[in-house]
Amino acid sequence: MARVHFENVTKRFGDFTALRDFNLEIEDKEFLVLVGPSGCGKSTALRMLAGLEDITEGSIYIGDRRVNGVPAKDRDIAMVFQSYALYPHMTVFDNIAFGLRLRKTPKDVLTTKVKEAAEVLGVDSLLDRKPGQLSGGQRQRVAVARAIVREPRVFLLDEPLSNLDAKLRVHTRAEISKLHKRLGTTFVYVTHDQVEAMTMADRIAVMNEGIIQQVGSPQELYDEPVNVFVAGFIGSPAMNFFEAEVVEDGGGVSLDGDGFSVDVPDDRAEEMRPFLGRRMIFGVRPENIHDEHFVPSGITAAPTTVKVDVTEPMGNEVFLHLLAGKTKLLARVDPRTKMSADDEVEVVIDMERMHVFDPESREAVRG
Amino acid sequence: MAREVAALSRQERLMRSLSRGPVNVAIIAICLLWMLPSAGLLVSSFRPRNDIATTGWWTAFKTPFEFTLANYEQVLTTQGMAQSFVNSLIISVPVTVFVVMVAAFAAYAFAWMELPGRDAIFLVVVGLIVVPIQLTLIPVLRMFSSAGMTGTFPAIWLAHTAYGLPFAVFLLRNFFIALPKDLLESAFLEGASHTRVFLRIVMPLSVPSLAALAIFQFLWVWNDLLVALVYLGGFRSVAPMTVTVSNLVSSFGSEWHLLTAAAFISMMLPLAVFFALQRYFVEGILAGAVKG
Amino acid sequence: MRPRLATIAWLYVLPAFVLLGVFLVYPVANTVYLSLFSGRDTSAFVGLDNYRYLLTHPETVIVLRNNLLWLVLFTAASVGLGLILAVLSNQVRYEAIAKAIIFVPMAVSFTAAAVIWRFMYIYRPPQFEQTGVLNAGMAALGFDPVPWITNTTLNNYALIAAGVWMWTGFALVVISAGLKGIPTEVLEAARVDGANEVQIFWRVILPMLRSVMLVVAVTLTINSLKVFDLVYVMTFGNYQTDVLANRMFKEMFTFGNFGRASAVAVVLLLAIVPLMLLNIRRFRREQ
Ligand SMILES: Nc1ncnc2c1ncn2[C@@H]1O[C@H](COP(=O)(O)OP(=O)(O)O)[C@@H](O)[C@H]1O
Ligand SMILES: [Mg+2]
Repeated sequence: MARVHFENVTKRFGDFTALRDFNLEIEDKEFLVLVGPSGCGKSTALRMLAGLEDITEGSIYIGDRRVNGVPAKDRDIAMVFQSYALYPHMTVFDNIAFGLRLRKTPKDVLTTKVKEAAEVLGVDSLLDRKPGQLSGGQRQRVAVARAIVREPRVFLLDEPLSNLDAKLRVHTRAEISKLHKRLGTTFVYVTHDQVEAMTMADRIAVMNEGIIQQVGSPQELYDEPVNVFVAGFIGSPAMNFFEAEVVEDGGGVSLDGDGFSVDVPDDRAEEMRPFLGRRMIFGVRPENIHDEHFVPSGITAAPTTVKVDVTEPMGNEVFLHLLAGKTKLLARVDPRTKMSADDEVEVVIDMERMHVFDPESREAVRG
Repeated sequence: MAREVAALSRQERLMRSLSRGPVNVAIIAICLLWMLPSAGLLVSSFRPRNDIATTGWWTAFKTPFEFTLANYEQVLTTQGMAQSFVNSLIISVPVTVFVVMVAAFAAYAFAWMELPGRDAIFLVVVGLIVVPIQLTLIPVLRMFSSAGMTGTFPAIWLAHTAYGLPFAVFLLRNFFIALPKDLLESAFLEGASHTRVFLRIVMPLSVPSLAALAIFQFLWVWNDLLVALVYLGGFRSVAPMTVTVSNLVSSFGSEWHLLTAAAFISMMLPLAVFFALQRYFVEGILAGAVKG
Repeated sequence: MRPRLATIAWLYVLPAFVLLGVFLVYPVANTVYLSLFSGRDTSAFVGLDNYRYLLTHPETVIVLRNNLLWLVLFTAASVGLGLILAVLSNQVRYEAIAKAIIFVPMAVSFTAAAVIWRFMYIYRPPQFEQTGVLNAGMAALGFDPVPWITNTTLNNYALIAAGVWMWTGFALVVISAGLKGIPTEVLEAARVDGANEVQIFWRVILPMLRSVMLVVAVTLTINSLKVFDLVYVMTFGNYQTDVLANRMFKEMFTFGNFGRASAVAVVLLLAIVPLMLLNIRRFRREQ
């Protein structure tokens, strides 16, 4: 039970900077997810917190204690590794008990704690087996049991679900969330999968190329991404981006893209006026493009003519790959749509919910 | 602040490498210890006879330096080491070729062909790897005698080839069976015969493994003393270097100027092979760690 | 999917089978049979007399004792040193060079190694300058020189040391490969679990190397039983250093007693059979 604080942390491997000026405060009992594409430095950040990598510059605090140079064994943290890293020569019981034994826990206490942890994870019937005799899902549970049994102050998980099949992953996601509520410990969870991040996190830190892009609740990141990277990374399918010039259009404002044009609704026109005559990057999420026949109420925008390239029916919805001039857009529309490939059709782009970014800095422009 | 922290971590790093100090000292000491015996032999082989007999080899580095090639000249000419070097080659090279060839065919059959009782027979092969050749000396010697073959190269070729086979078959079969199955099966589907698959796919793909085996086998035969002693009957004209060196030891046990030069000549080729092809050598060792 | 042509398969294995049959399988059986006879022509049936002699005669009891000494000390020292060196060298940057240095003796013949070590062990009476490294060391420390090769309490150890010098590299290379096979994440997990480096070594690394060490130990044990060249060249088995393989050679060529030589060989085989079965079992498990 402790807060964690990264203060101006930089990590270099030789000439390569894996983490640059990393600042992050993780509250006590918080479930924080570090998310970003593979190779962006998530594991490096977690491993520095665990004491498995040196800190090149800056400080890391666990609770009030600066832990730079403190060996992993003295940090009172527990970690679940992507490969689970179970001790292959020990039974499940001994795997879970290993950390307690090292701390000279009395035998009866140890047995009780191991059994408890095993029960929580549902591996209590496997205690006599060796890791080699377990399925992937069982191994993953043992790895988690081994981590929780010591009641660490901070609980670290590095892509713990990435070796599970899709169905088990969804199930285990929920289990880990439950476990977090039950333990009331600080969780730092690393994943490259934004769905995992969105579904489990109290707060998410999005990283790219060793730099934190944005920290916030899942909804904040979804609704108010601070830059093109976060906007594109969070949300699935990903946000559509297009460049367009902001033009005056008979008292209103409209956007002139490559071969198509859309009007900006009145309540966002004011916000766009400063950019008249400039090309900006616009972002629209797929669910904000609608078949003109199935537009949810309250959306008043005028339809735009586009061409359908491919349709992908998913049952509960249909993905339309659209061509608006040279711009490719993905729309996620009502399954009753009649649109099919090569049709010239009218869609409603809900520009009220558009995101606007500066083309140079790629930062969001806020009204 | 940042600079201060960086300095600290550099200090930490320094501390860490200092704490490695004892490790470095231990390793370097052991390595020196390990090189010492060979170094002594090498240095001595270039020292004049009188110096070797009266002073330690480490005194050779005091001035005046006195080094000579006379010892080498003497063992190569008057003690027959030159002839023995050739004999060692005449023995080792054909045996290596035979073993690799015969074993490759058998290993392919064990890996990819249907042979009744294949796996049981292979277990026998695995068992044969460790059978001491002492168990074969008398009957085989008698066979060679009655065939008039003792003291001839063909006799030792045959014996060495047979002795090398169990390990060779074992090693190659394990390499062959690890080849991607799809590759071979698609060739069979296209109508390729076993012989074609063996020669055109398996052998080319296995060059590193074949090299590892060949190096192993070559060194094994080159370094053998027992088989040569028994089947070549001590004839000097066919004796490989191990036999000649061992004879030198028993006839001139303290003529160290001869022994050191002779021993070093016998080591030169293995050392060259080792340093040039260490990777294959190690690979062979790891793949066949059961060889005794 | 494969053509079923058993005849071709037989052709592939035929040369190997013929060679193995003629030069290994048949001779082994024949040797076992011959061990029940005596004399150079092995014509007189003597039952188990040859074995009785081997197990009871003072001279051959020493041979058995020496092999036992080799078995225990040579194996333990090589495996132990190999393990220590594997763990230590794993921590330094010049690991490859260090390993190569320890490993080099594997490439040379026992015969050459025997010369090298006889040279190390040279003994000259105390009034002379010592030319052997070991006795020069003794002199430097103020001790009398020791006749390493002829002193019957020390010479077996001196020979075994030469064997260890040759074979530690093997143990090192195999154990080191095993060490590299341990996933770093497992060691990190132990570190996070609260283990210090010593605890990690004893509780994680060593148990995980168990099977590799067993392989090495079995191989070295077999080698210790078969040791021949080193003894043949260094002492010819004199001064109470004889071992089974050399004794067999002596019975054959010095004493001309082929029956007894066969019995020595069979004893060697009997000692190795359990290890052979161990290897076969391991092979079957790995399949
Ligand atoms: N020990 C190391 N030495 C050199 N580079 C490393 C090391 N560990 C990680 N890196 C590099 O640092 C970057 C971040 O790695 P990592 O933190 O593992 O990424 P991920 O976000 O996928 O977990 C990668 O480019 C990786 O190649
Ligand atoms: Mg990672």
